[in-house]
Amino acid sequence: MPRYTLKVNGQTRTVEAAADTPLLWILRDHLDLVGTKFGCGLGQCGACTVHLNGVPARSCQSQVSTVTNLEITTIEGLSADGAHPLQQAWIEHDVPQCGYCQAGQIMTAAALLKNSPHPTDDDIDGAMAGNLCRCGTYLRIRAAIKTAAQRAAPAAVAAKEGAA
Amino acid sequence: MKTPLMDRRSFLKVSSLAGGGFVLSYVLGPVELLAQPAGALDNTARSFTPNPFIRITPDGLITIIAKNPEIGQGVKTSLPMIVAEELEADFAKVIIEQAPLNPQLGPQFAGGSLSTPMNYDLLRKAGATARTMLVEAAAQTWGVPAGELVAEHGTVVHRATGRRLTYGELATKAATLPVPDENSIRLKEPDEFKLLGSRVGGTDNPAIVTGQPLFGLDQKVPGMRYAIYQKCPVFGGKVVSANLDRVKALPGVTDAFVLAGTTDYSGLLPGVAIIADSTWAAFKAQRELRVTWDEGAGAGQSSAAFEAQAAALGATAGTLLKEDGAPAAALAGAARVVAASYSYPYLHHATLEPMNALAWPTADGGIEILAPTQTPQGAQDLVAQTLGLAKEKVKVRFTRIGGGFGRRLSNDYVVEAAALAQKTGAPVKVTWTREEDTRHGFYRPAGWHFLQAGLDAGGALVAWHDHFVTVALHSTKEAGRGAGMSPLEFPSRFVPNFRLEQSIITTNIPTGPLRAPGSNALAFVFQSFLDELAHAAGQDPLAFRLALLGADRQIAPPKPPGTPWDTKRMKDVLRLAAEKSGWGRKLPRGSGKGVAFHFSHRGYVAEVAEVSVAADGTLKVHRVTVACDVGPIINRSGAENQVQGAVLDGLGAAWLQEITVEHGRVAQGNFDQYPLLRIGDAPQVDVHFIESKHPPTGLGEPALPPLPPAVCNAIFAATGKRLRRLPISKHDLRRA
Repeated sequence: MPRYTLKVNGQTRTVEAAADTPLLWILRDHLDLVGTKFGCGLGQCGACTVHLNGVPARSCQSQVSTVTNLEITTIEGLSADGAHPLQQAWIEHDVPQCGYCQAGQIMTAAALLKNSPHPTDDDIDGAMAGNLCRCGTYLRIRAAIKTAAQRAAPAAVAAKEGAA
Repeated sequence: MKTPLMDRRSFLKVSSLAGGGFVLSYVLGPVELLAQPAGALDNTARSFTPNPFIRITPDGLITIIAKNPEIGQGVKTSLPMIVAEELEADFAKVIIEQAPLNPQLGPQFAGGSLSTPMNYDLLRKAGATARTMLVEAAAQTWGVPAGELVAEHGTVVHRATGRRLTYGELATKAATLPVPDENSIRLKEPDEFKLLGSRVGGTDNPAIVTGQPLFGLDQKVPGMRYAIYQKCPVFGGKVVSANLDRVKALPGVTDAFVLAGTTDYSGLLPGVAIIADSTWAAFKAQRELRVTWDEGAGAGQSSAAFEAQAAALGATAGTLLKEDGAPAAALAGAARVVAASYSYPYLHHATLEPMNALAWPTADGGIEILAPTQTPQGAQDLVAQTLGLAKEKVKVRFTRIGGGFGRRLSNDYVVEAAALAQKTGAPVKVTWTREEDTRHGFYRPAGWHFLQAGLDAGGALVAWHDHFVTVALHSTKEAGRGAGMSPLEFPSRFVPNFRLEQSIITTNIPTGPLRAPGSNALAFVFQSFLDELAHAAGQDPLAFRLALLGADRQIAPPKPPGTPWDTKRMKDVLRLAAEKSGWGRKLPRGSGKGVAFHFSHRGYVAEVAEVSVAADGTLKVHRVTVACDVGPIINRSGAENQVQGAVLDGLGAAWLQEITVEHGRVAQGNFDQYPLLRIGDAPQVDVHFIESKHPPTGLGEPALPPLPPAVCNAIFAATGKRLRRLPISKHDLRRA
């Protein structure tokens, strides 16, 4: 088995895995970072969204051999203590129902706010279109993103994520 | 006071440091529910455990046990709130602990919107009993009458002297007191409630937004192996042979074997297991697996054939289920007769967390299970029976569940993990791919209704005839699981001349309850057809419905203690939804409003949908106004979440979803073929509760059924196109 050195949430981690192993399963099975979810395995649902160099990506479609030079951020690394404005807004709006998709939703939203600190409804709908929620929490997702956007200066959002 | 109280946030940090998503330290003695001597359950010296739902330790920690599976319906928050209300505990500081399967907690399941109605009284008494004993402990400590004391915020206060003791300080004393008779306990009056009816965020929210291991798929134990279990794409098919040698040689694969399984479609199906050292190794090996199946007789079945059979049956007479008055004569004599046929497809639950379960062999020769199941008792029964174990040798714990909707009422995936653990002698987690999840479900049954109705000269509905064609698994005598219809389903008993006939298509397709079973399809048919009748009668659809509901009255249940059908409660929600939606206001061309109501799970719900349809046929659902009477609200935030979720769930299903059968197999696999609603298509949802004085009832399901017909009726108002067949996406809505 080849060995890969990855940079995950600011830490260097080494794994032995087949070259085509999706980052999703590296995170979940090898590194015990299970906040990143398996929903479809086909890039259809967004539950496995992580950041690669700050850009949202489907970890089920990212083979381990292709991510060794990238900064990988997962929901566990979005903030040190759950203090990211989106995490706080998610709690404030009581967004989750079953909760399974929410890590992926938050990771996509975090990238949106970095690029578009004051998103419109259309911005939100566009950026979040690839993240499915089976329980139908979309209305609260929209509201929570707006709350987080109002609270956080864009620089603060970026700094928090970079520091994690 | 120096009580080291931990708030829930700190607790979550502690438990995550300990490395587990679950802290299951609760130990129970062999005692009767709510009626055992204090201290009998005491596993940590001097703590106060007056019943299986509450534990208060001298250091001030108040723990409330969450008894039922949490599938997103909010019971891990709302049920403990009921205890905390009567206990007078500060909810933000309470530790909520998920129970394992434990008979001392009473029935533990997530289904039928029953958690609230089945547990409301029980949990109030549990909290009030503990509060009464803590007050008595303070009274004895201070030598004052209990009547002079007040319990508040986890303390007992003697106002006259300003003295105050925390529950932690009183725990040891309270643990020595006899548990009072539950009938002597004073429950709070609803107007004294401080917590119930307020907005409380979900217990697990901090853990969810930080990615803690809460769900079934997140669980891991030492030495655990990862498995897939391949079943025949044709339901009930058997394994003839498989390329096991080739699969066993693949990287990361530790074993591969065939299990004969059983003939129970809800149990352990015949299949091929691949055991590997990672999920990915198992998934990859599954792609190399080649199985020769004995597909059986089901391989010839198809949705197209079912459709043709339904049409043929619809032209005949079915089995009579109910007849009131003289429907044939009334139809013959009606001023106007309207006939229409409606149908709806099979649907899948499509929980976002695919089916999975973890099981391991125990030292006593049994099996321990950690799985996302809506029916832990059913899991224990099925595993014990299938593996030939005594029930007490099958331990079941359950995780937070990434969506239920009824799919996880069946434990087929749980028994797979148990069988693989028994066979390999090691802990095994079985994970289904999305495609397997879609192709091995228990589908919302497809159905067809051949309807005729008669209106009198004044436009009143005087005759109703429905020939209901439904499906079953290997039967023409009895409708399949979730495929039947109550002969009392509205508008039964509201039309003087009424006839319901039924025919059954035998199939090889397993069905089961999907959120608001029966209702989720029947409301579409009946509330759409009523809309057609209103238009045929030249009446406003709202006024037509109110007239049909008639005078205020309670229609008695067929056999007590069933639930009466209260026409006033329904008319009240209907009027409220209409008023809040601006019913009757003129809309621009291409826009329309539709109304629908439904009674299910003891809840009364009416909805108004506002849609527009562009010239190119693009549908936009702008707003859904919901009025709902399920009695008093427990957790307002959770309740609104359930209604919003039910509306979006109903919309996604009605608009986009269809499971079809080809060559005996489910044709759809992943979300590209079975789409879920996306955020851009989610309408605004306005939720209004009528908090009538009736006992509170459940809200996981009843807000779904009115949505599909409200939207279809709105599409008719916008376009003049009547949709008699779902999903909506199959229709051309372009302007003629």
